[in-house]
Amino acid sequence: MNNVFVYCEIEGTQVQEVSQELLTKGRKLANTLGVQLEAVAAGSGITGKVESQILPYGVDKLHIFDAEGLAPYTSKPHTAVLVNLFKQEQPQICLMGADVVGRDLGPRVSSALHSGLTADCTSLEIGPHDDKKTGKHYDNLLYQIRPAFGGNIVATIVNPENRPQMATVRSGVMKAEVLDPNYKGEVVIEDVAKFVPETEYVTKVLDRHVQAAKNNLKGASIIVAGGYGVGSKEGFEQLYELAKVLHAEVGASRAAVDAGFADHDLQIGQTGVTVRPKVYIACGISGAIQHVAGMKESGIIISINSDENAPINTIADYVINGTVEEVVPKLIKYYKQNSK
Amino acid sequence: MSLKIVVLAKQVPDTRNVGPDAMTPEGTINRSALPAIFNPEDLNALEQALRLKDQFPGTTVTVITMGPGRAAEVIREAMYRGADGGYLLTDRAFAGADTLATSYALATAIKHVCPDVDLIIGGRQAIDGDTAQVGPQVAEKLGLNQITYVEGVKEVKEVKGVKEVIATRHIDGGVETVESPLPCVLTVNGSAAPCRPRNVKRVMKYKRCLAPMELAPDTTFAELPYAEQYEKKPYLKLGQLTCADVNADLQQCGLAGSPTKVKNVENIVFKAKESKVLSGSDEDVNGLIKELLNDRLIG
Repeated sequence: MNNVFVYCEIEGTQVQEVSQELLTKGRKLANTLGVQLEAVAAGSGITGKVESQILPYGVDKLHIFDAEGLAPYTSKPHTAVLVNLFKQEQPQICLMGADVVGRDLGPRVSSALHSGLTADCTSLEIGPHDDKKTGKHYDNLLYQIRPAFGGNIVATIVNPENRPQMATVRSGVMKAEVLDPNYKGEVVIEDVAKFVPETEYVTKVLDRHVQAAKNNLKGASIIVAGGYGVGSKEGFEQLYELAKVLHAEVGASRAAVDAGFADHDLQIGQTGVTVRPKVYIACGISGAIQHVAGMKESGIIISINSDENAPINTIADYVINGTVEEVVPKLIKYYKQNSK
Repeated sequence: MSLKIVVLAKQVPDTRNVGPDAMTPEGTINRSALPAIFNPEDLNALEQALRLKDQFPGTTVTVITMGPGRAAEVIREAMYRGADGGYLLTDRAFAGADTLATSYALATAIKHVCPDVDLIIGGRQAIDGDTAQVGPQVAEKLGLNQITYVEGVKEVKEVKGVKEVIATRHIDGGVETVESPLPCVLTVNGSAAPCRPRNVKRVMKYKRCLAPMELAPDTTFAELPYAEQYEKKPYLKLGQLTCADVNADLQQCGLAGSPTKVKNVENIVFKAKESKVLSGSDEDVNGLIKELLNDRLIG
């Protein structure tokens, strides 16, 4: 009862990285609260295959739901799994990935349980809360911290009265760390039919194509990222050229993606990928918090901007006052000259 | 076959064009400094609805929006592009709603104005919150299935008296085509087909549409400059619904119905690092490259 739960997302028999990141965070939260960490895995043919990908993160109890209709993911059966399990287990916290699955499932579960859900958190902490209106004091609430309003503010959200306190977190925001490869957790194979009525299997998946990610932004050690200041799709060609000589990956800010300069899957930031490269070269990026949230852990930040007062300059290690058009070719030129 | 479609749309502050005056010195949002726009992905949703209306004559597209009086602009805008009409859901009791209380209000309104709805279509998320929660929560409140992250509706058909929708959706690293019986809730991505432009004839016809609460407090339609038009053309009066009109439970509305509370809001000020400032000159760029190579950060 009152434990921390993590919903593990599974593709085939592969537990997704975001879930392992959340298990690591969930373990820490459970330690702070002095409770256990439990995990939920739902899929088809997963028994015997997912345990070793979940338990080592410090999971005390793993609930496995293994049935044909549970893979590929569809909304209603997975909702039924969580809603009925949570009614039974009364968790105080539930975490899930802020990707297509988690953002489809989370709101549905929160609505059914009338519990609060905060999307796309960038930080989770435990702390007290005083409700100014009712004068009530709460201990050990989950602080769900996220940028809001297009990234111009950072809000701390709490759910004082309703349980579970639910939060989604994007992939890459937390760090996955194996606690103990031989961690002894209990595995419970649940009877799916008890949780999911036949009537819930309504969506038919007719066709499904999943490709490996086209880019390797998450693992890149150098990233050349472009913002609205790059000016055009053609302007991005220059960034690709620089990335090629540096063996770097190209990323983009939301403004550049919205303007059509770059593909959606290149977006770095709260609503995109979170990255931690050694070197981050921000080209014409003003630095909205929504972007900064996804790259501030970078080792060295170089900002190329014609606006001396661009917010990103305050977190940059090197600021180059100049236009992208003028500076990027020089970077390419002098890199070629000096590296040989 | 004809369909009854409800489009959920929201008027949002344009967070993409935030200027320095967007935040007050106290750290709250200065809404008056931001232009109010039709939430971009809700326009993609409207287009999917209008395409079905083109395909199936007799189909109705009704817009429901929740907000203050000025949010009625969203309904007019949708009508200029092809929607049949709409309702402004507005009440002080809805103020301070989080996504769950918002979804409760919208679901209650849908049950009230369109109990036999086939499709409820909205944008994936609104740009002021980016939560993507309202669509799935409305679906759950109404006990309906949902298809989120829709790229396009491929087909709506009737098989043995059951209407079905087939849609493609964007999933992490790929695409998926799914089929669901109606009624169903769809949420549409910004990468789906853009919305058709305004139709000039429709603009002329509907530009004087007003929701009752857009009138000054002491005027009625009868006192407007075009009073006889409002008599002859009832479509000029947009629907307006309060909490009581839709029989909503006050405990589930607004702040009272919101499990999440904002504990704290911080205006973001970056902690300044000590940064080296360079010019774009050849000398400076060359120096930087040498320094990075020297530190083995690149190369």
